Amino acid sequence: MSFLLVLPILAPLTAAALAAVLGWRPLTASVTVVAALCVLVTGVILGFTNGSGVRFAIANLFRTDALSITMLIVIGTVGTLATWASVGYIDAELTHGHTDAKGANLYGVLVPVFLAAMASAVLANNIGVMWVAIEATTVATAFLVGHRRTRAALEATWKYVVICSVGIALAFLGTVLLYFASLHAGATSGDALNIDVLLAHASRLDPAVTRLAAGLLLLGYGAKAGLVPFHTWLADAHSQAPAPVSALMSGVLLSVAFYALLRVKSVVDLAVGTGFLRTGLIIVGLLTLLIAASLLVVQTDFKRMLAYSSMENMGLVAVAAAAGTKLAIAALLLHVLAHGIAKTLVFLGSGQLQAAHDSTRISDVTGVLARSRMVGVTFLVGLAILLGLPPFAMFASELSISRALAGAHLGWVLGAALLLVVIAFAALVRNGTRMLLGPPNPGSPAIAVPRSVAAALVAGVVLSLLLGLTVGPMLELFQTAATVLGGTR
Amino acid sequence: MTQATYNGVLNLAAGAFLLAAVLIVWRRELRSIVVLLAWQGLALAAIPVTEGIYHDDAALIIVGVVVLLLRAVVLPLLLVRAVGTEPHERRESTPLVNTTTSLLITAALTVLAYAVTRPIIALDPSPATRAVPAAFAVILIAVFVMVSRRRALSQAVGFMMLDNGIAATAFLITAGVPLIVELGASLDVMFAVLVLGLLTGAMRRTFGGTDLDQLRELRG
Repeated sequence: MSFLLVLPILAPLTAAALAAVLGWRPLTASVTVVAALCVLVTGVILGFTNGSGVRFAIANLFRTDALSITMLIVIGTVGTLATWASVGYIDAELTHGHTDAKGANLYGVLVPVFLAAMASAVLANNIGVMWVAIEATTVATAFLVGHRRTRAALEATWKYVVICSVGIALAFLGTVLLYFASLHAGATSGDALNIDVLLAHASRLDPAVTRLAAGLLLLGYGAKAGLVPFHTWLADAHSQAPAPVSALMSGVLLSVAFYALLRVKSVVDLAVGTGFLRTGLIIVGLLTLLIAASLLVVQTDFKRMLAYSSMENMGLVAVAAAAGTKLAIAALLLHVLAHGIAKTLVFLGSGQLQAAHDSTRISDVTGVLARSRMVGVTFLVGLAILLGLPPFAMFASELSISRALAGAHLGWVLGAALLLVVIAFAALVRNGTRMLLGPPNPGSPAIAVPRSVAAALVAGVVLSLLLGLTVGPMLELFQTAATVLGGTR
Repeated sequence: MTQATYNGVLNLAAGAFLLAAVLIVWRRELRSIVVLLAWQGLALAAIPVTEGIYHDDAALIIVGVVVLLLRAVVLPLLLVRAVGTEPHERRESTPLVNTTTSLLITAALTVLAYAVTRPIIALDPSPATRAVPAAFAVILIAVFVMVSRRRALSQAVGFMMLDNGIAATAFLITAGVPLIVELGASLDVMFAVLVLGLLTGAMRRTFGGTDLDQLRELRG
């Protein structure tokens, strides 16, 4: 059984090794898809067999519970769709001369390494190892962001690496301080950073040092999750990266970073009470929502619009985490999964739109629904999910987050968040209708959709519908995960 | 090693560590900034080696030697390669904050570091922990260097300094994090600096220079 725990890390690493040896070709691309599928299937199997238990593997180095299983499912789902779409996307980039064989080979190696790093982050038992895995995602994605090697891509890569590395370095300092507090609470040096040991010693952690650590961890992992104040890399990186990578970064990387924050929060809450991080999360969450909503209103670039929509959703997730009740956490996890699939749909579609028009300006791309049924309809579905319309899952998750906030006596936070979400809603509707409906510009090019991208888009729509209509079996997993995090009510 | 020597060496290392950071704020020549960074790496490595000798901990001495190789030799070499050969590329461009003000800000940050680290010292008032404010001061100074300098390489130096400060904190308060975390973190830092070095080269080829003010295509 312990093999199952390391499979989500080993499978993508094998695919990466194969791609390193053979280069970019149909075989290696398909092996990567299979590896991502392995992550998903492992998550599902563990989800069915694990229940509310906790499992360890390889000398307590790895650990799963309902929360890490949920994250594995998110990584696996978005990973499978994105790597599947990569097959056709990279071939098209090669044909159009936007990349060369060397670039394609690098892409083939780095994407599975990125997946393996994210899987390690959610499976690690030691929060130091979790940090190492999350920082590894920065290194793995740096050259993916700069894939097109244009001036703008280079600028985005520089900002991404510098801002995320600094942010995540602060999280490491926080981890060191937590280790220090844990040692003084009686833990032994080898396992003082293990999640279970930290939880067991939480009540004896020094409150002053833990507060300092928690502040640094919030800023640090917040940087990687796209939260204020280190959010400035996000729109640049998401708009410059190749579409499948944007989908992975926006759909899963942000939530994996937020997962780290949730893990730390469960320890900090026991040590210094829930008030400290609740205040912090409300401040960064609302500020993130504010910035995202204001920039969505003035946005003229559709990839940046999608990036700011990711920030908006992470802000909402942060506010939900601040409420911290069982309902809030379960809703947050559903939100993360639904957002991941929706962002995959819209980013994959936007990749094809960018390839056809050689532009990412909203005004250059109009009347998409009339010109390409495939991209138009899937983009529309993606937007409908992001807007929180029924029958899709984000309707339920946003409703539950609102109820949880009201239940946690955070009425004013709910009011502020709702106002900002409505502003973002209006901006998305306005820009979305301009792109999808409006009359096509004269001489608009044809929108080509490679077969693998089309397959991933259709699969994404089907999954979204399934998740929206029958959330049943997943709900139990989310609720168990919420209990793991100490959500009681 | 006696208690007195241990205290002396530890304080000397922490002092040299902070001094290197102040000198980096003062200097403008990119190459000498990288040399100072290597000296800072040496002072950093002295901390785990001293503690290892004092506590008879062979593993800690080995970690110290690895730190020495990585932070005083390998990473500075990587960065020196990224310094351009053109005359205008060798110096930091006109700074956003002048040198005198920078040094005053550095002093203020050092005082702030003493204030911030009070809970840490209160929890464990050992000689090593008492040197933590110096490490925290380096962290704050590193962030200041990153926001006030305009050359790509200076930002990379700032990032490494930030990392040195965090590593020093770890060695001083806990005699180092568990080995697997230490190894993983060092590997990550090495890759990150490698990436920054490669990007600096790419920037020089694409923009004809490494002044970060040229990065202004992506807005809003």
